Amino acid sequence: MYSFEIVRPTSLADAVAALGQDEAQALAGGQTLIPSLKQRLAQPSVLVSLTAIAEMQGVSAEGGVLTLGGGTTHGTVAREAAAHYPALAALASNIGDPAVRNRGTVGGSLANNDPAACYPAAALASGATIVTNSREIAMEDYFQGMFTTALEEGEIITAVRFPIPEKAAYIKFEQPASRFALVGVFVAKFADGVRVAVTGASEEGVFRWTEAEEALSGNFSATALDGLTVSADGLMSDIHGSSAYRAHLIGVLTKRAVAAAA
Amino acid sequence: MPKDHGIGASQKRREDVRFLTGTGQYTDDINVYGQTYCHFLRSDVAHGRITSIDTAAAEAMPGVVRIFTGKDFEGVGGLPCGWLITDRFGEPMKEPGHPVLAQGKVRHVGDPICAVVADSLEEARNAAEAIVVEIEELPAVVDMKAALAEGAPLVHDDMGTNLCYDWGFVEDNRAAVDEAIRNAHHVTTLELVNNRLVANPMEPRVAVAEYNRANDESTLYTTSQNPHVIRLLMGAFVLGIPEHKLRVVAPDVGGGFGTKIFHYAEEAFVTFAARKINRPVKWTSTRSEAFMSDAHGRDHVTKIELALDKDNNFVAVRTDTLANMGAYLSTFSSSIPTWLHGTLMAGNYRTPHIYVNVRAVFTNTVPVDAYRGAGRPEATFQLERVIDKAARELGVDPIALRRQNFITEFPYATPVAVEYDTGDYVATMDKLEEMIDRAGFAARRKESEAKGKLRGLGINCYIEACGIAPSNLVGQLGARAGLYDAATVRVNATGSISVMVGAHSHGQGHETSFPQVVAEMLGIDESMIDIVHGDSSKIPFGMGTYGSRSLAVCGSAMVRATEKIINKAKKIAGHLLEAADTDIELKDGRFTVAGTDKSVAWGDVTLAAYVPHNYPLEEIEPGLEETAFYDPSNFTYPSGAYACEVELDPETGRVTVERFAAADDFGNVVNPMIVEGQVHGGIAQGIGQALLESCVYDSDGQLLSASYMDYAMPRATDVPFYAVDHSCATPCTHNPLGVKGCGEAGAIGSPPAVVNAVIDALASGGHKVDHIDMPVSPHRVWSAMQG
Ligand SMILES: Cc1cc2nc3c(=O)[nH]c(=O)nc-3n(C[C@H](O)[C@H](O)[C@H](O)COP(=O)(O)OP(=O)(O)OC[C@H]3O[C@@H](n4cnc5c(N)ncnc54)[C@H](O)[C@@H]3O)c2cc1C
Repeated sequence: MYSFEIVRPTSLADAVAALGQDEAQALAGGQTLIPSLKQRLAQPSVLVSLTAIAEMQGVSAEGGVLTLGGGTTHGTVAREAAAHYPALAALASNIGDPAVRNRGTVGGSLANNDPAACYPAAALASGATIVTNSREIAMEDYFQGMFTTALEEGEIITAVRFPIPEKAAYIKFEQPASRFALVGVFVAKFADGVRVAVTGASEEGVFRWTEAEEALSGNFSATALDGLTVSADGLMSDIHGSSAYRAHLIGVLTKRAVAAAA
Repeated sequence: MPKDHGIGASQKRREDVRFLTGTGQYTDDINVYGQTYCHFLRSDVAHGRITSIDTAAAEAMPGVVRIFTGKDFEGVGGLPCGWLITDRFGEPMKEPGHPVLAQGKVRHVGDPICAVVADSLEEARNAAEAIVVEIEELPAVVDMKAALAEGAPLVHDDMGTNLCYDWGFVEDNRAAVDEAIRNAHHVTTLELVNNRLVANPMEPRVAVAEYNRANDESTLYTTSQNPHVIRLLMGAFVLGIPEHKLRVVAPDVGGGFGTKIFHYAEEAFVTFAARKINRPVKWTSTRSEAFMSDAHGRDHVTKIELALDKDNNFVAVRTDTLANMGAYLSTFSSSIPTWLHGTLMAGNYRTPHIYVNVRAVFTNTVPVDAYRGAGRPEATFQLERVIDKAARELGVDPIALRRQNFITEFPYATPVAVEYDTGDYVATMDKLEEMIDRAGFAARRKESEAKGKLRGLGINCYIEACGIAPSNLVGQLGARAGLYDAATVRVNATGSISVMVGAHSHGQGHETSFPQVVAEMLGIDESMIDIVHGDSSKIPFGMGTYGSRSLAVCGSAMVRATEKIINKAKKIAGHLLEAADTDIELKDGRFTVAGTDKSVAWGDVTLAAYVPHNYPLEEIEPGLEETAFYDPSNFTYPSGAYACEVELDPETGRVTVERFAAADDFGNVVNPMIVEGQVHGGIAQGIGQALLESCVYDSDGQLLSASYMDYAMPRATDVPFYAVDHSCATPCTHNPLGVKGCGEAGAIGSPPAVVNAVIDALASGGHKVDHIDMPVSPHRVWSAMQG
């Protein structure tokens, strides 16, 4: 990596100020950023660590909404969200390995918006709200294609609010090497309808499978999906799977998620 | 009761104490006063002509000591290939130059162009970014068939072809084999790929070199499986440093799997540069560099035909293989698809006619060389896959078909020029059947089906040839080195022992198992014995560790040296006891005059050897140290029968290994626990090859699987608990310990068992799939099921 300065503010205001400097970048768990620095793919002059900001930490549930501090680690979510939103906790518990889960954060994952990441599927299927230091961003406006989001330069995700569904499940079919999602499907059933979000598959990043949502909203059972298929157009094709295979997996995994939803 | 001492005892590995407590001394732990750091600027294109290199700006950067380019190596030797293959027309193979730093052309992504030596790694990397290299990109050849096509771009212009050799074995059998296949009752044909692999030892390669102006001596610390071979190749062929001025040390090495056998440009470079700048130079590979600079493994494309008579007896095997050499000939590359592959094509079977054709091909990819098993897995895979396919075509039981064709009489001379000394393939198959509960398979399959899964059982037999030898034979076959080994047993005055061995332990547990042998022979405790390995200045000589040779070859040298020690010690004891040495017996560490109670202890004799006051000085020299070199008269031939049970999810194509059993014949076993560990590791690598690992280039020669994000290594959850057994032992007849070799067996025997099981699972679900190339990934299985 190139050399850089690092600061570790203890308040959000100090972090925002620090991020105002030239070539400053936020550092959360570092599970994505540090490898890219090691490869010299980025050259920030200052890294602003978000790990010491107490107001960005923690898991709380109130009024049917689960709020995760933007700096909450996957490990903490896995442990502390289990009682409130088991499908989300299970998702967090299957990210990477213990070392990754003890460092990586929900804010880092959603800011990065890797097209094969797990959290984007949960956020989109839950209709979550992204809370930043300056505003609230609705799900519909947040994801803008792979590795792209509505976040402005220097904007910090301070919290994410997940409406808690009646039933939900996330099924990840692992890419054999990275164990990110080759395809991952998050199904969430709310009183007013079902949302289905798919990660790992599209060249545009996470997306909603609306036909499945409609079918499931009428009849929340795997058989409601019989005959529904996803077009392979616009899906990713790589050494681990063709677009046709990914399209097929979306159908299989959605059925499994419905069957598993609790 | 199991033994706790000597040969046959499952002693815990003593070296693990330091490995598990973080006190191992790996090459990267070695830092020399005044050391500089080296960073290689590597090609990011697969094929191109270097039109200019401008280092001026980089040289002015902070901390830069010197920047080297190919120009600095004009007049210096290239990296040699250790094995000359003669093709089927009697012509020598094409042997292009292999410069330390690229000269004129780059030939694969990762080919080193410049080396920056600086005070810190950071500064070296910064300066490397300021070097301006202009490369006129040329079309790359990646696919072997395309490389052989008329008008293909040439990897080496001066060779005039991308064909390294066209080898036929045994060439004289060619017509008879063609004839036998023409007249056969049934011929089963299979085309398959043996997938290209990256070895990925846990420790990446490292090299540290220092130069001592006072005595003109160079020392290289390097992550090697065979430091003496590096000294020989680098000293004699590349840098022109005589052996007595060159010390090569391979300290603790964190896994090799073959890829650390070879002599690499980076270690030659640091040794060269340390002399030029008169400061130590260190290079530590990153994982990313390892992917594009460690020699890769396998990468064969094969068509195999198996001919049978009307009674299902094998009558002929014919193979046609393309073997990828990559861009340059790595140290043993040329021998892998030939002598380590063709000679194994008889497998465990009586097939009277065999012909093997191998064309080795240059491509714009990383050089390919030995990887755990080296040639033998490729042979086993094609043979055992085609047998399974034949069984399916003929509607016969795959175990019965194998049993019917087993070699049952030993010694057995195969039509591919080797003679198996011992073996009992019926016994290992009997043992395997006992281990796998074949009768219960139908019920297990039903259980899987109830969950919507398919279940398959795959069987495989293998034969291995380990401890490649003898030297005079391999010399005739083109080897440019001998394949003996050496050991010195140094008994100290107080009776403790250092054994200097030419084998090198990098995971095999020699520090535990070798003393068990000496302790058994002398009747003393293992704690009195240490192994010294990995330092050319301490060890007489050695060819190192690979090809499952250490105990069979180096262990035999150690036995011979220990026998010399015993002979001399008996003479000393005879003198002390005033008896003839022929009357002296050595038991439990005491020398006794046969039939009397007169005795002296081991320590009395060793002390007398070094304090020879009462000593037959006129007859024997003082001291107690003996050396032996051992050149085996033949290979050893371990063999075994393996079974794998998989479950397959027909909706996703995902395969999981549910059960795995291995019945091996390794001859005599010195440390059963270590042997089981070697088999476990080998099977894990074999399952990795079968289901997960795949090194992929795109058509431009860019490496697509260049990190663990895309190259899938097996993890603990990918493998089951194994049932392993080595009780069917037919001891080797020609080495003193009766040992064979166990290091590669698991990696050889497991891939075909896994793939056979997958095909069986698919067949049970009504899917007529003949073959799926490895890695049998979910995507490939699903695609095969789509037809
Ligand atoms: C071995 C391994 C396996 C993995 N497996 C999975 C997996 O299966 N599924 C999965 O989803 N992910 C996986 N990941 C990724 C992991 O979840 C990362 O932790 C996550 O993507 C990034 O989070 P981080 O906290 O580490 O962010 P960092 O790496 O610190 O930062 C990533 C990016 O987000 C920005 N950023 C960080 N925090 C904030 C914030 N609060 N507000 C605004 N911007 C911010 C940073 O500036 C940077 O650009 C894996 C990672 C590794 C190393």
